[in-house]
Amino acid sequence: MAEYQNIFTQVQIRGPHYPGVPVDGPSGHRVGHGLHSYWLGKLGDAQIGPVYLGFTGLASLLCGFIAFEIIGLNMFASVNWDPIQFVRQLPWLALEPPAPAYGLHIPPLNEGGWWLMAGFFLTLSILLWWVRVYRRARVLGMGTHLAWAFASAIFLYLSLGFFRPILMGSWAEAVPFGIFPHLDWTAAFSIRYGNLFYNPFHMLSIAFLYGSAVLFAMHGATILAVSHFGGEREVEQIVDRGTAYERAALFWRWTMGFNATAESIHRWGWWFAVLVTLTGGIGILLTGTVVDNWYLWAVKHGVAPSYPAVFPLVIDPTLVPGG
Amino acid sequence: MSVFTMRLLAGISAALAFLLVFYSFEFPPVDSVQRGYRGLAMEEISNPRVDRAKVRANVLPEAAPPTDKAGQKASSVYTNLKVLGDMDANELLRLMTDMTTWVSPEQGCAYCHDENDLAADRPYTKIVSRRMLEMVRYINGSWKTHVVDTGVTCWACHRGQPVPANVWYADSPRTAQGAAGNLAGQNVASAAGGLTALPVDPFTPFIKDGKEIRVQSGTALPGTSRVSIKQTEWTYSLMMHISKGLGVNCTYCHNSRDFFGWNESTPQRLTAWHGIRLVRDINTQFLEPLTPVFPASRLGPTGDVAKVNCATCHEGVAKPLNGVSMIKDYPVLVGPAPARTASAAPVGAK
Repeated sequence: MAEYQNIFTQVQIRGPHYPGVPVDGPSGHRVGHGLHSYWLGKLGDAQIGPVYLGFTGLASLLCGFIAFEIIGLNMFASVNWDPIQFVRQLPWLALEPPAPAYGLHIPPLNEGGWWLMAGFFLTLSILLWWVRVYRRARVLGMGTHLAWAFASAIFLYLSLGFFRPILMGSWAEAVPFGIFPHLDWTAAFSIRYGNLFYNPFHMLSIAFLYGSAVLFAMHGATILAVSHFGGEREVEQIVDRGTAYERAALFWRWTMGFNATAESIHRWGWWFAVLVTLTGGIGILLTGTVVDNWYLWAVKHGVAPSYPAVFPLVIDPTLVPGG
Repeated sequence: MSVFTMRLLAGISAALAFLLVFYSFEFPPVDSVQRGYRGLAMEEISNPRVDRAKVRANVLPEAAPPTDKAGQKASSVYTNLKVLGDMDANELLRLMTDMTTWVSPEQGCAYCHDENDLAADRPYTKIVSRRMLEMVRYINGSWKTHVVDTGVTCWACHRGQPVPANVWYADSPRTAQGAAGNLAGQNVASAAGGLTALPVDPFTPFIKDGKEIRVQSGTALPGTSRVSIKQTEWTYSLMMHISKGLGVNCTYCHNSRDFFGWNESTPQRLTAWHGIRLVRDINTQFLEPLTPVFPASRLGPTGDVAKVNCATCHEGVAKPLNGVSMIKDYPVLVGPAPARTASAAPVGAK
């Protein structure tokens, strides 16, 4: 029993390479024979490959590589091609979008043109990968849930870097490519629009984000806890009595009166995850276009409470005559 | 891979992780004192160890012993006195002694005077120090909105060094990379912005050129405000400088749920508002006009003069020198109050 109560995978199957279920036609073709990795087997399946890339996969990797190079070489140039500074400053370096003065026009390369180009190739890369995810699922006879969940994340990405800048009429509104710079951008975005925490769609997004983590932890823990009864075969046990599944269901019904089913927990997880980026994207699209100061909006609609004054009243000095 | 190698690698990783955590965070104890209404996180963070270091770093210099009055105006004893002529001759000597302690204790009188002819307007530091005396008198007389009656002396910024420890020069253009690598004035570790990737020189626009600092709009719905996020980053960098320069959190002045709102701010925000105008005033009225006086070695990479920001005087302390007033012994350092209505802002206010 104890061997199952471990955070790493305990069972590792070694056998002849097995390409998986047979699929028809050339779209099911995969390259190579695959190999085994003991250490990756600790985290997942020990068999690596064979892999299918196809046109969309290769095109996606190529576009992603172009975007990566544009961003990386601009960062390298920004430290005068000094490799030491490049390593030291890497978390600070960025490829910045154009200045507000350019609006939606195409700026010179070093004034944001590179940023537009990198964004174009990165977006193309992501969309091609989406097509690949959709097509692979269809070829395997799967549903397209993964593709649509990915589409939700792409919607947030495009809202930040494409839709909202277009609505605002300025590429300058978009996010820079950089590690710390995009975090600074996020903080500045919230400050500029009067505290994003008062944006109800931001609230929803956070609730779904944290909710996703809680659901994932609850589900993962539940299944691991009954794995010595074969609990990872949850769906095939769903209609039987006395199974690992029923113990897990009973645990939750016992502790909180209500329990998910082996099917519904996955629907919950999927919707929570999808709604993180869907509500987040809506919140972004409303910011600056429909609402300019979320705090004042929240005061206006009774969301933000008022608190008793502690300090003497401070008046805006620009409103004082002569000040 | 042998078990020993595995353990060695694990040990090294653990040691690195420990060092990373150990040096990334402030050593305890960290105390917090609630200032605003409960639930608003308006707290001041302090650390007794840091506070003790601040006390040590803000020890006052030893003042020259008081002298009997000479009974004569300094101008009747000495020549070429343009600022201090009306004070007592002996007190002038005492002030000169103290100024040497404050500004050039190692270099002595000769740092600002030709020792063969003390009245001569050379070396260049003589011209600068005279202007600085006018500046100190101006600050103490006209900027009580910021320095109140505590006032400033040369020591407030110089601390025994001819060039104060915290001065700033305009950022040298770093974008000469041809067709790539534009930093846009940010995206390197910014000392001003508290080691963020925010703009490295928030001083030129805000405490020299008088650009608008406010970025939030005063209405819930979109109106005429078209302030960009990029512009917000410049303001953010300036605020980080103030926070670092004064050794305080955002909540020393602001209620972080509503940075914009004055009705939710602390009275310190008003003092800081005047302080921003004060340094802008000093930089444009006193320091920039001195540019041609300085030798090239004292100028910045773009040929501009050293200028002041909040840290120049505050040095990481909310009240410089922990609020101790030095000007009470030096009435001559307090200039006349401005000849205008009490509420009118001095030149440079905006």
